[in-house]
Amino acid sequence: MLQARLRKSFAPRPDSAGFTLDLELTATAGVTVLFGPSGAGKTLVLDSIAGFVQPDEGRILLEDDILYDAAAGVHLVPQKRNCGYVFQNYALFPHMTLRENLAFAAERRPRLERHRRVNDMLDKFRLEDAAGRRPHEVSGGQRQRCCIARALIGEPKLLLLDEPATGLDAVLRAEFYEALRQVRSEFGTPMLLVTHDLTECFELGEEMLILHGGRIVQKGTPRSVLDEPANLEVARLLGAFNLLDSEIRTLDPGRNTSRLQVGEFELEGPYFPGHLKGDHITLCVRPEQLKVFARNGRPGPNQIPADLLRAVERPHGIRLEFSGGGIPGPVRVTISRAEYENQRDNREWVIQFPSDALRVL
Amino acid sequence: MAIDWFPLWLSLRVALVSTALAFFAGLWIAYLLANRQFRGKDVLDAAVTLPLVLPPTVLGYYLLVLLGRASPLGKLWETIFGSPLVFTWKAAVVAALLHALPLLVKSTRAALESVDRNYERAARNLGASEWKLFWRVTLPLAWRSIFAATALAFARALGDFGVTLMVAGNIPGRTQTVAVAIYDAVESGNGAVARTLVLVVSVVALALLTLANRLSPNRV
Repeated sequence: MLQARLRKSFAPRPDSAGFTLDLELTATAGVTVLFGPSGAGKTLVLDSIAGFVQPDEGRILLEDDILYDAAAGVHLVPQKRNCGYVFQNYALFPHMTLRENLAFAAERRPRLERHRRVNDMLDKFRLEDAAGRRPHEVSGGQRQRCCIARALIGEPKLLLLDEPATGLDAVLRAEFYEALRQVRSEFGTPMLLVTHDLTECFELGEEMLILHGGRIVQKGTPRSVLDEPANLEVARLLGAFNLLDSEIRTLDPGRNTSRLQVGEFELEGPYFPGHLKGDHITLCVRPEQLKVFARNGRPGPNQIPADLLRAVERPHGIRLEFSGGGIPGPVRVTISRAEYENQRDNREWVIQFPSDALRVL
Repeated sequence: MAIDWFPLWLSLRVALVSTALAFFAGLWIAYLLANRQFRGKDVLDAAVTLPLVLPPTVLGYYLLVLLGRASPLGKLWETIFGSPLVFTWKAAVVAALLHALPLLVKSTRAALESVDRNYERAARNLGASEWKLFWRVTLPLAWRSIFAATALAFARALGDFGVTLMVAGNIPGRTQTVAVAIYDAVESGNGAVARTLVLVVSVVALALLTLANRLSPNRV
């Protein structure tokens, strides 16, 4: 288990704004995902744990070992930290064969074990056939697996992964996730994975930490974060919501209802604790929670008439973009292909906002 | 017409010894400059580069003062080896070394710094000591550029004239290197000898520079 409390500041410079990393995190067995946009400080966290960067303050504890403790003046060199690191471009040594890459890493093991250990890893990660070749002579999947094997050969207590799937095609991505699941089941090494891909969080993450501007702004399972983004900032980072300016018209805790003014229309929602009548809030609703229908006379309750701007093909359905109802900016709705086929000839549309799907931020 | 080939052999020997010395000294200095932070780093860098820009007479003068028979270093040498350093072929080695070193340090430092830092991080992360990292990762990845620089340094060491003349003199059969011999031949109107030596030196230098270009890694 990893426990880290980190603080590191960079003073503003003529060519860059200042930045402060200030967070606390724990990573237990399984995959902990560190999610955030570029410049949020994700890689800085990994580099601090691996020892490439020295924080200003804090403490890093990996099981019983103190890797860093500002108060006690402890800052172990990277060599002594025993954290595996999977680099974004893998950083396999290009002048060595895959076997030599593993052997290089195995040299910290007792002499008698090394050979068996290397063979063991080559076998586990299906690399025997490519063992004698150099990294540029093998497939992308073999490079990935070799990089993971190399990081694991010293039996690290933690595996750090820096956006390892960025820039991979879909097939390689799937292979990579498979390899990580294998690590989880066969080695049980806790993993801390950095990514800016939400799909990846769902694919791998048991626990997700959202990093923004050097701070952790929310944590939880990927599902819970997507269901209940903690604030507007998180919702924007996730990029998976319609965020609509609105105003609370009425709040009725007794009947657990509320009314919201959105554009020119009023929607009925659940009671929103902690808000007051007249509050200007942001309505947050996911595109796949909205429904669309052909307009038939007066719009019904929780329906807003809108004009279809465009329909975009998505792998898992159709993304429709609407404008209208006095709402600034487009409203995005995701529906299935079949549903779209039924409705594509609609001349006028209404968007249905189910009241239990409405969240306010 | 009989040509005395001694100056050519002497030059090759001087260049070989000085390049070998410059190689190890240069590697060490380049490593320090590329990897360590210390006070006076800029000064060291400038001092190593100095021979590229100073007139040969200035360098020769420094060496005479530093290594002459009256200087502490010269005396030390004489006590250890029983003969003076200046006006021997070994002084010519020192002169050539002075010219080979800046080229080696500059290029080697650039070569070491151009190795992707991620490989070095990976090696450290995998528990490799700085020593192991340097010999097994950084150097193998930079060796082409370093060899190219060595070829260049060898060519430069082969062609030194001014400093060699000042500290090793012009003693035919003992300290007369090829560059000095050509000067001598021209001065004494011995055109044939001068032409032959000029041609040979040019061909050797051309071959070395071609080799250096072949070795440099960013060749398409």
